[in-house]
Amino acid sequence: MTDLTDIGIAGIRDGVRDGSFKAREVADAFIVKVSQAKALNAFLVETPEHAIAAATAADTAREAGETLKPLAGVPIGMKDLFCTKGVTTTAASHILEGFTPTYESTVSQNLWDAGAGMLGKLNMDQFAMGSSNETSAFGNVISPWKRNDGGNASLAPGGSSGGSSSAVAARLCPGATGTDTGGSIRQPAAFTGISGIKPTYGRCSRWGTIAFASSLDQAGPMARDVRDCAILLEAMAGFDAKDGTSLQLDVPKWEAGLSGNLNGLRVGIPKEYRVDGMPEEIESLWQQGIAWMKDAGATIVEVSLPHTKYALPAYYIIAPAEASSNLARYDGVRYGIRDLPTGAGLQDMYAATRADGFGPEVKRRIMIGTYVLSAGFYDAYYTQAQKVRTLIARDFERAWEMCDVLLTPTAPSAAFALGEKSADPIAMYLNDVFTVPSSLAGLPAMSVPGGLDKQGLPLGLQIIGKPLDEQGVLNAGLAIEQRAGFTARPEAWW
Amino acid sequence: MSDYRIQGDTGEWEVVVGLEVHAQVTSNAKLFSGAATAFGAEPNTQVSLVDAAMPGMLPVPNRECIRQAVRTGMAIEAQINKWSRFDRKNYFYADLPQGYQISQLYHPIVGEGAIDISLDEKNPDATGKRIGVERIHVEQDAGKLMHDQHPTQSYVDLNRSGVALMEIVSKPDLASPAETGAYLRKLRSILRYVGSCDGNMEEGSMRADVNVSVRKPGDELGTRTETKNVNSVRFVMAVVEQEAKRQVEVLEAGGKIQQETRLYDPDRNETRSMRSKEDAHDYRYFPDPDLLPLVLDDAFLAECRASLPELPDAKRARYEALGIAPYQATVLTAEVEAARWFDALLGAGVKPAAAANWTTSELFGALNRTGRDIENSPVSPAQAAELLGLIADGTLSGSLAKQVFEVMLETGDGAAKVVEDRGLKQTSDTGAIEAVIAEVMAANADKVADYRGGKDKLFGFFVGQTMKAMGGKANPAVVNEVLKGALGESVAS
Repeated sequence: MTDLTDIGIAGIRDGVRDGSFKAREVADAFIVKVSQAKALNAFLVETPEHAIAAATAADTAREAGETLKPLAGVPIGMKDLFCTKGVTTTAASHILEGFTPTYESTVSQNLWDAGAGMLGKLNMDQFAMGSSNETSAFGNVISPWKRNDGGNASLAPGGSSGGSSSAVAARLCPGATGTDTGGSIRQPAAFTGISGIKPTYGRCSRWGTIAFASSLDQAGPMARDVRDCAILLEAMAGFDAKDGTSLQLDVPKWEAGLSGNLNGLRVGIPKEYRVDGMPEEIESLWQQGIAWMKDAGATIVEVSLPHTKYALPAYYIIAPAEASSNLARYDGVRYGIRDLPTGAGLQDMYAATRADGFGPEVKRRIMIGTYVLSAGFYDAYYTQAQKVRTLIARDFERAWEMCDVLLTPTAPSAAFALGEKSADPIAMYLNDVFTVPSSLAGLPAMSVPGGLDKQGLPLGLQIIGKPLDEQGVLNAGLAIEQRAGFTARPEAWW
Repeated sequence: MSDYRIQGDTGEWEVVVGLEVHAQVTSNAKLFSGAATAFGAEPNTQVSLVDAAMPGMLPVPNRECIRQAVRTGMAIEAQINKWSRFDRKNYFYADLPQGYQISQLYHPIVGEGAIDISLDEKNPDATGKRIGVERIHVEQDAGKLMHDQHPTQSYVDLNRSGVALMEIVSKPDLASPAETGAYLRKLRSILRYVGSCDGNMEEGSMRADVNVSVRKPGDELGTRTETKNVNSVRFVMAVVEQEAKRQVEVLEAGGKIQQETRLYDPDRNETRSMRSKEDAHDYRYFPDPDLLPLVLDDAFLAECRASLPELPDAKRARYEALGIAPYQATVLTAEVEAARWFDALLGAGVKPAAAANWTTSELFGALNRTGRDIENSPVSPAQAAELLGLIADGTLSGSLAKQVFEVMLETGDGAAKVVEDRGLKQTSDTGAIEAVIAEVMAANADKVADYRGGKDKLFGFFVGQTMKAMGGKANPAVVNEVLKGALGESVAS
């Protein structure tokens, strides 16, 4: 009999629809997997009752002969950045410990409205700040992957959506939500051999998603293949009047539009993405990706994105600046923890609560953000960074005159071992070097698995598209997927 | 130019004042949330998830608040910026759930405009001064801390959190307490005409931050202090006076003025230091990334302009053109409700000058006496028009009209009905008047002789006696005419 946890979102959806199995069977299978995978620490909260309720609704609807919803019978994992009504939501931070929203984020509500169920809330880097999941206040997620060197090093699942990547890669859920501010969907997807897409900024509502950097934050799906990403994204996206930056556009039928035929497509290869010290294996995977694109009918053009090298510094000014302000609301007054030392006044309460509640990386970014916005430094840092952001967006606009999508590696390395980079924030930040520019420009971008490195670890390829051209990105991703034949999966050790 | 000067030991000092007025925008909902804004509601009953800054909540601009700010800008002939943007002003305080106030520092919605004030109501045109307005921007109000609810803790009421304010920033064009008061009253009047703020200072709908500095005439601007949150015209004027005096004393004693924030204590009529420049917050303003720039299209602006009412200055000019005295025109147009009432009266076809006279003296006098405002006037414009009509056609004399009006105030009846019911109709029956005058002259033969001997002033006495004998109902014009004839008969000889 088929293992229901192996068949992916489209398979589950179709199987429930045609009666091959019951949604309840699917939910139960995943619930068991989740309960057996504590060692991965991917879930902060398990919500089997939610998944079962959705499954039962799907089965009941089918028995009644009703048309099933797009995600009927599909249980998913929900990154803990999304507020979920009645279910603890912490952004993996101690400061929000015990916080239970009375409201449902738009993205999660959209998914429930589409019939999906929730297996639980997924661990992540605290407030989505991190590239390894080591900043979670509740212990880091561990990647299901191991190096083939005989060692037993625990590897980073990437970040910040590391619970999502680990859970999908380990078949604990067929798909999960992620959020991407500077690469937080794409880098963990690459590290764990799954697919993930960050849509155009404004496609998915930010309402009810705990903010990191408002001008960059964007939700997106993480799943085992391109089709599953398209299905999930269709359910997640859509205009929301409660988010002033939401795009007032209909959601395209991305799944129906999928095609791996790239005839006539111009694929740009940005020369600035060849960075010093990048492993040879990544360069050769990139070349392999180019070959696959050609094979799918695309033509290859070399393009230049001259301001790429300024993207990372600009990002690490803009994102912390916004974060320093967005996180001011965690003050111990209305929700989350409150530290009130004896005899303390208001300022003491703020200081004690925030000192205790935020982890070191969050504090670092609040400090950076506060500094770059402060009087006398604002123009030198923040204003300058905004100018760079404009120039980076212009780089892409010029590239679109020559090509339709861009192909790059997703990350400059395969998954690293936990602890390997956590002492050096800059080394950690460098992991975002390929994902940050498209975030600054608000462009759709996705990572698809391309192959394994010598240590048996997945490597990802990134496709960046024009604004609103998720279809072009998905199709290029599909072309790679069809040619890469990536079937590797981690062996269960957990 | 104001001739207001402070006499110091070292000579005369000028005062330079600028006002930042925070005016609560009249709107059913807050600036960035759908929560209600009614004054006086139970604490924390008008708070949305956005106002409480729950995790993941986002602001969405309320179109009506934007519209009101634009209309206000248009009313002071200001530049309307079709592209503006919201900025965050970051600081921690318990009444500020987000940890930042959404405001507009860099790109306000309204640019430079002006407000014309006059320093003498009796002579408004000759004593006018144009006060520049630097900008108007919209921003969120904060909540309110309550320190009297618990022995050791403070409570916070977030009802006001997120309510839309307009900050109207004047140029430092004000040079005296009187000018400052006139500016604030005029601004309040315009806001109430436009309907963008109810102007209710007692309820906190309008508050002023008062920037004051002093200098020797002709000198550069001095260092200013800012006295925060002053909530009446009288207090604002007192702040200017007291703060200027204090600054002169400090400077003449060889001291320096610290750029600082001060508070006004109305009980002691003095300002007190609240926060020095060194303690000033670094607000770390930056564009709010949750909000797109605010872009106004031509259709929206056209709608805003078309919805503006006739404003006080235009109305006053129109009244003056109708022959109404400048002072009365000023009084009638100062408050929008009075102007509305008077416009309704004019609309009923009365003679403007007579109507203005009657309204400013009789009606306003009666309202003052009875402690009512014009919105609750017991006499409607239609009823007043009827009364004025009876005066104009000679049915009622001035004094009869007063009597009729008093009855109208008491009973709410129409003028014609009162005249009918009480028999207060004026008589112009020359025969009857002649008969009474003959009686009065016969009874006062000595005074007739004195009058004829040259004591002209006695004429008033005869008028009074005649009116008294006729119960006040005689037409005064006829009485005058007949009396002149009767008394003058022998003089001519």
